[in-house]
Order: sequence, then structure tokens, then C-alpha cells
Amino acid sequence: MELATESKAFCSCATKFGAAPNSQVCPVCMGLPGTLPVLNRRALEYSIRVGLALECKIARRFKFDRKHYYYPDLPKNFQISQYDVPLSGNGKLELGNGRTIRIKRVHLEEDAGKLVHEGVGGGIGGSTAALVDLNRAGVPLLEIVSEPDLRTTAETVEYLKNIQTLVRYLGVSDGNMEEGSLRCDANISVRPAGTEALGAKVEIKNMNSFKAVERALAFEAGRQRKEIAAGSAILQETRLYDEATGATKPMRSKEGASDYRYFPEPDLPPFTVDPAWEEEIRKSLPELPAAKRARFVSVYGLPEYDAGVLAADRAVGGYFDLVVAAGAPAKQASNWVMTELLGALNAAGKGIADSPVGPRALAEMLALVEKGTISGKIAKTVFAAMFSTGKGAEEIIREQGLVQITDEGEIRAVISRVLAANPASVADFKSGRKQAIGFLVGAVMKATGGKANPAAVNKLLQEELSK
Amino acid sequence: MAETAFAPIHEAARMLGEKKISSVELTEAILDRIQAHNARIFAYLTVTPEAALAEARASDDRRAKGQALGHLDGIPIAVKDNMCTTGVETTCASKILKGFVPPYDATVITRLRAAGAVILGKANMDEFAFGSSTESSAFGVTRNPWDTDRVPGGSSGGSAAAVAAGLALGALGSDTGGSIRQPAALCGLTGLKPTYGRVSRYGLIAFASSLDQIGPLARDAEDAALILQAIEGYDEKDSTSVRLSGPGPVAGLDNPVKGLTIGMAEEWFGPGLDPEVKAAVLAARARMEKLGVAFKSVSIPRQDYALPIYYLVAPAEASSNLARFDGVKYGPRETGVNIIEMYKKTRSAGFGPEVKRRIILGTYVLSAGYYDAYYLKALKARTMLRNDYEKALTGCDALLSPATPTAAFLIGEKTDDPLQMYLSDIYTVSVNMVGLPGLVIPCGFTKTGLPIGMQLIGRALEDGKLLGIAHQYQKETDWHSRVPGGLSG
Repeated sequence: MELATESKAFCSCATKFGAAPNSQVCPVCMGLPGTLPVLNRRALEYSIRVGLALECKIARRFKFDRKHYYYPDLPKNFQISQYDVPLSGNGKLELGNGRTIRIKRVHLEEDAGKLVHEGVGGGIGGSTAALVDLNRAGVPLLEIVSEPDLRTTAETVEYLKNIQTLVRYLGVSDGNMEEGSLRCDANISVRPAGTEALGAKVEIKNMNSFKAVERALAFEAGRQRKEIAAGSAILQETRLYDEATGATKPMRSKEGASDYRYFPEPDLPPFTVDPAWEEEIRKSLPELPAAKRARFVSVYGLPEYDAGVLAADRAVGGYFDLVVAAGAPAKQASNWVMTELLGALNAAGKGIADSPVGPRALAEMLALVEKGTISGKIAKTVFAAMFSTGKGAEEIIREQGLVQITDEGEIRAVISRVLAANPASVADFKSGRKQAIGFLVGAVMKATGGKANPAAVNKLLQEELSK
Repeated sequence: MAETAFAPIHEAARMLGEKKISSVELTEAILDRIQAHNARIFAYLTVTPEAALAEARASDDRRAKGQALGHLDGIPIAVKDNMCTTGVETTCASKILKGFVPPYDATVITRLRAAGAVILGKANMDEFAFGSSTESSAFGVTRNPWDTDRVPGGSSGGSAAAVAAGLALGALGSDTGGSIRQPAALCGLTGLKPTYGRVSRYGLIAFASSLDQIGPLARDAEDAALILQAIEGYDEKDSTSVRLSGPGPVAGLDNPVKGLTIGMAEEWFGPGLDPEVKAAVLAARARMEKLGVAFKSVSIPRQDYALPIYYLVAPAEASSNLARFDGVKYGPRETGVNIIEMYKKTRSAGFGPEVKRRIILGTYVLSAGYYDAYYLKALKARTMLRNDYEKALTGCDALLSPATPTAAFLIGEKTDDPLQMYLSDIYTVSVNMVGLPGLVIPCGFTKTGLPIGMQLIGRALEDGKLLGIAHQYQKETDWHSRVPGGLSG
């Protein structure tokens, strides 16, 4: 994934997406002769954060290596990466089904630039020129490699989504597959049911969304099964996912396997992670998604589903905590945040940080429902008004005269009027069709502008009808 | 004006200070000499007269206002053409960088400018600093001012020839396996390879990143100390540069040498060492003993591995550092039917034979299946060699060795046998491998009038001590004051 640092991994150029080509470059990230890399401390800090969040062991001493290959978007024709002494490793991530996926390693490296092909279709075939944009060259990338523990396509997608949620929680990456800030290469093999030894693996690249990962892996698993059924061996290769067909295709292979000629980067001395700094970072980690989910279930008694939705976004989870802290009952708060609030925010294209209804305001409104001042149904109207005006519940209820009618005398008066106006329904009810009361309840609610307490209406209507 | 052209910097600085001469006059005199002699000597690839005179004028203005910046203010200096200079073509003497004009200054250039130095131009060198004779330059051979049929040494041959011929008062060179020290020896100059990390490499077009250092070529140790002091020190742009403490190299020049101990290794005086060179070094030892220096015998058991280790590690790093030269971003570009063709043709046309040789060797050394046997093993041997040197330097203030096995050889004499050429570095490469400082100063002449140099090797960051020993030796001798004949006017 791309780390969301202000500057690049080895120079102080900006990393903002979408700038004019070659406007965020300097001699260092352009690899001009004579330039030298300097490690971005923030990138290192973010990398350690991810390592700690994945329960990895952070290497006390680590180094960088040069990975050599020639391509026009790689200015030095080598990438500064990490080979045999990565930043961290031996961690784990738990899935919802209780399975643990082991994390083999997490390492830091620099990104390459971008090529834009001029000519028909924008692809490399038939292009008349390739334009090199080095804005992205040098942006810090964090690579997380798992052990081959994932067993299904569904597990794989869940794993990826968990990684996405995690890095967003940590504030270290946008984690967006469509924008390229989260990328995925998958290695997949099949083996006969009941056997232990893993089959030959195939690497799949070019999946740009979770859906693509799902489709690609499903296709590839099927392809491998067919090959084996036909008696062929699986060729260990790299294949590209084709979005248009949903199939994987072999990559046009280069002459022989890539020899990256890794050797230790001589311009960057080996780094030591100060244990005190690591501890500081560990302490600064926010409550992680899994812990938050668990807390919502055990402390608030929420169902797993609710906990999952609320904890999927750190800001939403935080908002929810504040609503409960302001006195609202947890399940009620959860319902309102998940449905009304998130719904309104989505429709308005706002994030929760910009919500016109703050957590306290929501809690106050819910207290009014609890007290009986407004009914649950009216509360939805009140909420909508709160969202569009930013005003508090009390003010809106007062302005619009939405206080719930609970006075029995008042309700009976309305009931009398409604019964007198609807003799057919009354006759229906009395002749044994009990469902007819529904229409009469509706009529009473309508006559009171929805403000009558529905339970009271029901009870009193039953009484009047049985007279 | 010939006298000022051959004056040491500290002399010229005094003359400038006493208003006996202005920087413009000094610079014009040197530029005239370059005009007269560069065609034959070919020390310079690029001369920047307008910029130099503008810098000289600015220096004179500062001095007139009483705001002179120090000893280097107004002093004309040459810079090896592998250090980036904004707006001035920087080629590393290679066709593949013809037309490359850096948009930034190397840190050493920024610091020289801050000290007020006048930069005369860019000096010739072996292509990409691979060489010991400056014969592999794509643009022409530099001649030794002492005998123009002979090489000035390399790879900083242009820098050395410029100072030796009075075409600059001092120069910056770079040293990876001896490229400052060997030319210094062959041209009768004082040349220092500083402790690794002492001088920033930012802006030095890299040869071998773990070995390269920039250093001065000058007429004497005092000058070398003045230049070093201006350029040394931690640079945040170079992660391998070190923080320095203490008063700096100039302050220690007058420290007495009485009571110091210098070690000499048996292994350095075997066959292959020219008898005249041996005699000159031993005579220098006798001189220093008279000054109160004690000499002892030390051993560098793995001295013989230095050259093989060097010729594994240096080309490996070089093959990586030179990967970026591909015609995509700058420099000449050949056309090809696809990108691979373009790369192959551009690099084949742009690199000379010695560069290709070292890239191929380096690539092989790093390749899968050979990395462990060659590169990794070389790194381990390097550590052992470092231990040898550290052991030898315990109980010694410095070590003394010959600088080169022979005096300057004839142009063309060794170009057919690369291994013979590599052997000229036999005394200098180990110093880069172990990261210690190495200083070469003149200690005599051959019967035929060719300079002979000797090398002082010191403990890490004790560059100042070496310069002090050299300074005291130079107070008692005049090898460093001699100038080649035939270069008046």
C-alpha cells in the first residue's frame, strides 16, 4: 500500500495524488546522477505502526537492498526495497471465522513512476510514444506478505478488507484499491482434498478491486482444477487478471526468470529501531478494529453484526462511543447510527466528521424518545430536520409542535371523531375482522399529525371498540 | 605571473590579503595559462572563464569591504568532472553524459562557493573514475606536466595535472581505489583521501558508494587542510556522512611529530616495487626519524587480498550505480525497435571499453548463483582486512607505505593489459576498503626527474594528524615546492 506520508520515502517531495506530471520531483527521486536517498522517518514510523498492529516482531536492526531491473518508470533502474532483513515479520491477523492468518513479513520500499502511452487506446500496444511521469517515483510503499494460510476466496477478500480497515484506523494509508493506494498480488494453488502438501503456485496480478480479487481467484482456482483433471501439471508463472473477461492470462514472459541482483543499499547504513521509540509508537496505537468489535459486543452487549458495522470505520466507532457516553442506550444508539445517521450522511455525501448532528445531539434526541416526549416515528422526522438544519431536537420539536400526545382525554376525543367518520370499518371490526383496527389506528395517527402515542391509541381504540 | 600560478594557496591568500594581487588578476593569470597550455596538457574538459571572473570580482568586492571569507576566498580551483555543478556540463568524461547539465550543485561545490573559491572549470578524468591513468577518458588523454609522454595517473588525472602545471592553485578530486593519491604521487602533489564519511558524497556521480570520497589535490599539506576544512562535515543529504567534532584539520598542522610512532608493513616492500621508489620512501623514513618519529614493524597479513576484494566490490557497486544511464532522462539516446533495443544501443554507444568491462564484471559478481561466492565473500574478506589494519594501527599513530609501485608510466604502456593497470593501485585500494584516511605527499624524484610519492594511512577521522605529520615533513624538505620545467608563460 502507499503510505500517506507528506513526503516521499527518500526525499522531501510531496506525495499528493493528481498533480501535474513531473511537478512533484527533485534530483533525488528522479535518480539524477550524484543524488543520494535519505530515509523518511514518518514512513518508518507508519511502517512500525502497521507491524505492531499486526502483532509482528519489529526488527531491532534492518537494512535496505537494491532490486535491479530496467524500465523507464524506474529512474535509477533499481528500486530501493528490503530483501532479507525486513522491517518486521512473524505477525498475525484473525478472521471472523476464528482462523488466524500468519503474517510473514512487512517491508518498506519506494514506488516507481508512471508511464502514459500516447496513441490508440492508451495501452502500450500500438502506442506512438510513452510519456514518463515521475511524480509517483519514490512514494513509500509498505508490502505485507502473508503465509499461505488463506483457504477460500471469501477468506482472502475478508483478509484484504481487514487490512484496509486496519490501515485506515492507523491513519497510515487511504487503503483504496481503485486509486492504487492499496494493491494486491495473490499467489494461489490447489491440492487434492485431504492432502497437506501445497500445489504449484501461480501469481496473479492486475486486480484493482475486491470484486476483481474474488473473480480472479475463483477463475484461477477453476482453471488449475481443469488443468489437473486433464492430466497437466500447473506451470509456476505470473498471470494477469483481465477485468473485461474475468479470466487470467499468462504474462508475456521475459527472457528467463528475473534476477534482481539484490545487494545491500550502500547509501543507507543499517538502521536501529530505538526500543523506546517503538514503545512510544505502540502506546500511540488506537484501539484496533478487532478489539473495538469485541468491546462493543462484551461491554455494550451489541450483536456481532452491529459491532462489525460500527467498528468498520474508526470515526464511526468513535462517534458511537460518544453517543453512548452521553447517556443513550447502546442498542438504540447503534440502530440510529447504522441506519438513520449513516444513511443521511451517504445521501449527503458527507463523512461522519462533518455530520451536522453531533453525538451529544443524537443522544439528547434519543432521550426524548425514551421519555415519551416524541414517538419513534416522529423521531425520524425530527432527526431529518436536525440533519438539514443543525438544530437540536428540543428546538425542532418546539418549533414544529411535534410533542407526542399522550393525554388520554385528548386521544379519546380524536378516537370518537374517527369512529363516527368510519362506520364501515367499525362494523368490520365488530363483525370479527380484527385487522380492521389497523386502518382505524392509522386514521387516528393521521388525525393527530402522527403525534399521538401509538401504544395509547391502540389501547384506547380497543377499549372504545369493545364498548 | 608564473610565480603566483605555482604559489601554494596559503601564499596566494597572504598576497590577496596584503593587496599585492587581486583575485581577478590571479584568476586572469591562471586563465591565460590554461589558454596557453591546456591544449597540450588537456587537464580541463570545460573551462568557465566568465563565471570564474565574476566570482573573482565578487571576491575582490568582499575583500574591499573587509568581508573576506577566509583562506579560500578568491582562490582559483579546478573540480573533477564527476561533481555536479549547476548549469555547467558534467560528463564524467563519458559520451553517455555528453550534454548533461546538472540542475543542482554537489554539496562540496556549495561549500567551496560559500568559502569564496573561484571555480575555473571541470577537470578531465578516467571515464566514470574507472582507471589509473586518465587514458580512458572519452574526450582525450591528459598528460603529466613533468613529462608529457607520460600519464598523470588517474582517475583524477586532470585535477592533478591542473595543479602541477600551474593551471589551478588547488583542485578537488575523488578517490575510490587511489584516484586522488596515485595521481598526486605521479604529479608531485599532496593528495588526501579523507576518512569515509568525512566529506559529503551528495552530488558526486557515484562509482562505488561504499568506497568513494572527495578530497583535495594541492601543493602542500597546509593547502590540503584548508580545502578539506571548507568541504568536510556532516551533510543531511548524505546518510553516510559523519558528524565531526574538534577544531578541524588546520588547527593541528603545527603539532610536533616528536614522539609519534609510525608503522611500516613488510608486505609493502616486496618485489614489484621500483627500487627508486623504495629508496625514496626509506629516505623519507630516515628524515622523519631525525624529527623524533619512532618507526615499528607491523603486518597486514591479508594485504594480498586487497586488490581482488576491490575488483569484486567496486565493479559490483559500479554496475548498480551506472544502471541509470539509459538515455531515457538525459544524455544521448540511440533509437531501437523497442525499449530493450534502445537501452542496449544507447549504453553500447555511450560507454567506453573499461566501463563496459567493469559493468559486466560487477553484474556477474551480483548475479544469482554467484553472489555468495563472490560479492558476499568479498565483503567478509573486507571485514578481515579492516581488522588487520585496526590491529596494525593499535600502538601506531599512522602507517607509512609507498604510494605507487613505480613513477609515472608512458601513455599507452599499460592500456593493453587491464590487470597490469589495476596493479598500480596496489598500495591505495586497501585504504578505501577499510574506510581509513590516506594522504600522499612527494618524497623524492627519480633519476629522470619524475616525482615519487609516499602514503600516510591514519586511524578513522584522524585526517588532521596525517596532515600535521606531512606539514612537519614538508617544513624540512622541498620536494613539494618543485615545479615542472617547460611550462612558463
